[in-house]
Amino acid sequence: MTLVFKALAGRILNAFRDLTPIIVVIAFFQIVVLQQPFPNLGDTLVGLVCVVLGLALFIHGLETGLFPLGEAIAQAFAKKSSVVALLSFAFCLGFGTTVAEPALIAVASEAAEVVAQSGHIANDESVRASYALSLRIVVALSVGTAVVIGVIRILKGWPIHVMIISGYAIVTCLTFFAPREIIGIAYDSGGVTTSTITVPLLTALGVGLATSIRGRNPMVDGFGLIAFASVTPMIFVLVYGMIS
Amino acid sequence: MNLLLELANSFGSTLRDVAPIVVILVVFQVLVLRQRLPRLKQITTGFVLVVIGLSLFLVGLNDALFPIGETMAAQLTSSNVAASAEQVRWMDYLIVYAFAASIGFATAIAEPALIAVSMKAQSASGGAINAFGLRIAVAVGAAIGVSLGCFRIVTGTPLQWYIMAIYIVVMILTIFSNRTIMPLAYDSGGVTTSTVTVPVVAALGLGLASNVPGRSPLVDGFGLIAFTCAFPIMTVLGYSLIVSKLAKKKNAPSESEE
Repeated sequence: MTLVFKALAGRILNAFRDLTPIIVVIAFFQIVVLQQPFPNLGDTLVGLVCVVLGLALFIHGLETGLFPLGEAIAQAFAKKSSVVALLSFAFCLGFGTTVAEPALIAVASEAAEVVAQSGHIANDESVRASYALSLRIVVALSVGTAVVIGVIRILKGWPIHVMIISGYAIVTCLTFFAPREIIGIAYDSGGVTTSTITVPLLTALGVGLATSIRGRNPMVDGFGLIAFASVTPMIFVLVYGMIS
Repeated sequence: MNLLLELANSFGSTLRDVAPIVVILVVFQVLVLRQRLPRLKQITTGFVLVVIGLSLFLVGLNDALFPIGETMAAQLTSSNVAASAEQVRWMDYLIVYAFAASIGFATAIAEPALIAVSMKAQSASGGAINAFGLRIAVAVGAAIGVSLGCFRIVTGTPLQWYIMAIYIVVMILTIFSNRTIMPLAYDSGGVTTSTVTVPVVAALGLGLASNVPGRSPLVDGFGLIAFTCAFPIMTVLGYSLIVSKLAKKKNAPSESEE
């Protein structure tokens, strides 16, 4: 019991250290630059305690639950050695975690507003809602595809830089042909797709696969799944903007 | 009481977020893998802790940090004298760039997804990559990215030229980089823009685009996340180049002594 307490106390201390910069920055700009007192200092302090505790629990859960889970699944698929099953799992994980991602929902509805104002689609609510939904599905499809490509890369050991830089080249070419309003949305969509639970799970899956397949190195081959998930949404959204 | 209600709400929405993951895992476990996962009890406890921890974290952020951060972004961008002037001068917003850089750095350090990936990188590299050093490199990238993204909103210059320039620099750095760092560097971009960074950065972009004369929040407000996503790739590649150069220098004299 004391051991658990000690571990948790360490994690709380680390969480506090991780949050110090953000507290310092906000306090500095509030007190020195804007020269205003803190609104509801009591609430803020309670909130900070929640943030520190929450981060400590999250990190503890990550090491005991999420990381071993990702690795266990990777090993199970490697033992099963069915590529089709692995790839369909990869696609489902990418698609399923993205389609309901709150950050993406927010960006998609803002995007529908931009496109409606520019006159590309009719400016009424149902049209905008359906535009936002199809945009979300396009992004989710792109993340599903990205995880599949990423897993194939791990299996085959292809060099990542050639693939990612070709992705950038495609994005650059498409930018010249895409309508102006969609460009900012497309570029941002790459960043908003990967959530706090998906990232550790995908990382553990990639590293786990690279560790259990002979001839693969966890550093060279294991990382990179997130990278694909940040490039393909840009490509898919740009193409979507061109054809719709 | 209020806090408990918020906590319940946040817990509910986190559960909804992880529901697809759990469903996919269970379906593939039952239908395809059909073998008992090792340490199932420990994994389940850990998963529950992740959900509880993330809910607490989000409640705290919503209570303590986001409201102040958002009002601050609005105040800093509107308190400017230039808001009344016809000509927008980029120098008038120096304090905004400074705030953008420091908040970009601070949110990246607090980002749970980045903590997770850097922990994994340290263990997968056998300690060759230092988790904290990696996070500092990413945070410096985020700081430059958010700050330069704000400069772009103020000047109203086209987003795509910046992004293309960033890609060219990434390509050049890639040529000189070690193969072991590349996947991690490319990952670091998408990892940085997550729970903590996206809301704060989005509020900053929105505030800036609606307060700078001649900018529209809908057209110019986008792009800040793309900047925050792209710069960490450069700084992580750069960091690894510096570290390997230093390691070589350190090793060179000792080798010649032998």
